[in-house]
Amino acid sequence: MTDTTPTNSLFKTSDRTKSRNAAEKRFRVYGIIAIFIGLFMLLVLASTIVLRGTSAFQQTFITLDVELLESKLDKKGNRNIDDIKKVSTFGYNPILVNAVRGSLEKNGIETSLKKKELSGIISKSAPSQLREYVLADVSRIGQTIEFRFLANGWIDGYLKGRYTRESVANSKFASAEQFDLIDELIKVGVVEKKFNLDFILGADASDQRPEASGIGVAVVGSFYMMLVVLLLSLPLGVAASVYLEEFAKKNLFTDLIEITISNLAAVPSIVFGILGLAVFINYVNLPQSTPLVGGLVLTLMTLPTIIISTRASLKSVPPSIRDAALGIGASKMQMVFHHVLPLAAPGIFTGTIIGMAQALGESAPLLLIGMIGYIATNMPANISEGLLAPNSAMPAQIYEWAKRADPAFVERAWGGIIILLIFLLTMNTLAVVLRRKFERRW
Amino acid sequence: MKDQLNSDREASLSNGMPKITAENVNVYYEEVHALKDVSVKIEQNAVTAFIGPSGCGKSTFLRCLNRMNDTIDICKITGRILLENEDIYDAKVDPVQLRAKVGMVFQKPNPFPKSVYDNIAYGPRIHGLASDKSELDDIVEQSLRRAAIWDEVKDRLDAPGTGLSGGQQQRVCIARAIATSPDVLLMDEPCSALDPIATAQVEELIDELRQNFCVVIVTHSMQQAARVSHRTAFFHLGSLVEFGDTEKIFTNPEDPRTESYITGRIG
Repeated sequence: MTDTTPTNSLFKTSDRTKSRNAAEKRFRVYGIIAIFIGLFMLLVLASTIVLRGTSAFQQTFITLDVELLESKLDKKGNRNIDDIKKVSTFGYNPILVNAVRGSLEKNGIETSLKKKELSGIISKSAPSQLREYVLADVSRIGQTIEFRFLANGWIDGYLKGRYTRESVANSKFASAEQFDLIDELIKVGVVEKKFNLDFILGADASDQRPEASGIGVAVVGSFYMMLVVLLLSLPLGVAASVYLEEFAKKNLFTDLIEITISNLAAVPSIVFGILGLAVFINYVNLPQSTPLVGGLVLTLMTLPTIIISTRASLKSVPPSIRDAALGIGASKMQMVFHHVLPLAAPGIFTGTIIGMAQALGESAPLLLIGMIGYIATNMPANISEGLLAPNSAMPAQIYEWAKRADPAFVERAWGGIIILLIFLLTMNTLAVVLRRKFERRW
Repeated sequence: MKDQLNSDREASLSNGMPKITAENVNVYYEEVHALKDVSVKIEQNAVTAFIGPSGCGKSTFLRCLNRMNDTIDICKITGRILLENEDIYDAKVDPVQLRAKVGMVFQKPNPFPKSVYDNIAYGPRIHGLASDKSELDDIVEQSLRRAAIWDEVKDRLDAPGTGLSGGQQQRVCIARAIATSPDVLLMDEPCSALDPIATAQVEELIDELRQNFCVVIVTHSMQQAARVSHRTAFFHLGSLVEFGDTEKIFTNPEDPRTESYITGRIG
């Protein structure tokens, strides 16, 4: 059979068209491959963070009946608080050992462990926890009270699979016998792994007590910094952009300002940090390591972002709205505040939130003003303390944990990243929702 | 019918002093000489139309009449424009006050993205024209009635102005412009974004508005100029070529350029 279709028929695809179609198909495949690689990376990142970080939200606890012996805590027996205060945390150790022994007896567990090894399964923060409890109400002395103590970081590590009997063979902090004892205590329910709210709400702890450390104080530090950033950069940024966009004459000077602002947005954040150190701390003499200084530095960093996004959203308000307002006899300021700003508001808020999210995750400038490496152990009591007392911030706290030697802190660093990411995701979602909600069409 | 209309026009034209007098107005956009030596007298209670091909300067001249060109940094204006013997470019004149007296309607309907009520009430509010809510309500109703849109929007004064049809939006914009009781109403191609039916409504409205206002309209449509105006000014390449009674411009123009434009040879 001969081919009867003529050469110029629509049914016959020409070579040019064929190669063009093939090129298009290839391009689509490249695009899909790129997207899949991106998604895969994201998956690896997210799953690593979740796998490594979620264990930080659980902690091993030991529940013990503690007899607050009068003979150890109040030898004179007159409940004089000044005398009781003289008993240091060291004096509470025997009480803890007794409590562990008591628990073993009650559950019929035999052990050859010595005093020191017995109290070693409990966190080093336990004596001070007991002491604070007693000092809060001295009439508690003599009673027997059920307590839930944090287990020592090594014990916690054993339950989470960080340590095995082999790996602690030469360790002076933990021993295989202790782990045997823990196995027995788990069976009777004295030792258990539970959700640990103190990780989210608590303060950082010293190197010896990773189990007691939390990110809460750093979250509060970050919160106060963000407060400073919001209160300073939003009004300053909006005022600057409204002036530049609506009032300023276009000349060499305003062009120069515009270029400078764009350049500032690209300046590495550590430069703002050293500027903050030189100006706010060394020259103005503001206290170092404080959220106020951190907030000021981050404000410098956030301002260009806010100005650029505010100007973009002011530009996107159609000129016809300006004409309409001016045409009725509105002054320029009335035009801006009655019509242009409300229409630009969603864009301004989005830009602000994104700028703040950026600032929230920033750690380099904090390095230079002393917020990294500072260990804040107490929640600020009020706003002025929140701003002016030395504190840390979330990314600073994460960095601090990641560089400590004990692997228990590394786990907490991952957990801290989860909390930081939750904050960032919430802020970015808020930005998207705000934009969707207030976006007007005209 | 047509004679009737013409005699109406003649009768209504006041022979008194002009509302707006422009003398030797020149406009420059940096190097571009956009308007050359325009002198014109615009009368009270008449509709004056500016016609001419695109870029001829008619809109520029219209925007000079309420100093909307002030918002363009590079725009420079020389000459004098008198509104009832007062030079509107005098240093003592605040353009904001001027614009309350010389209202403007734009090419594209541009209601604020607010309710119909707030659109109309905005002008009276910022100029303090109403002392209480009921007075403001009256102004809004009167303005909407005079703009021939009251019946269509009276039940949805709280609905957003941007949700109306194009023709309704433009009439709301006209109502908004007359709510501040201006003396002069400038209209910059008010019908170019409207369909023929909406155009007819707006044109009808223009004819009613001239009873109370001095109306100046820029239009691309010569038929429209012929239909609604009493005086017509023809602009070409930045110059005012011819200005006179609409009747005469369209039937017996003096300048050959006017004739070419009207018959469609240039433009």
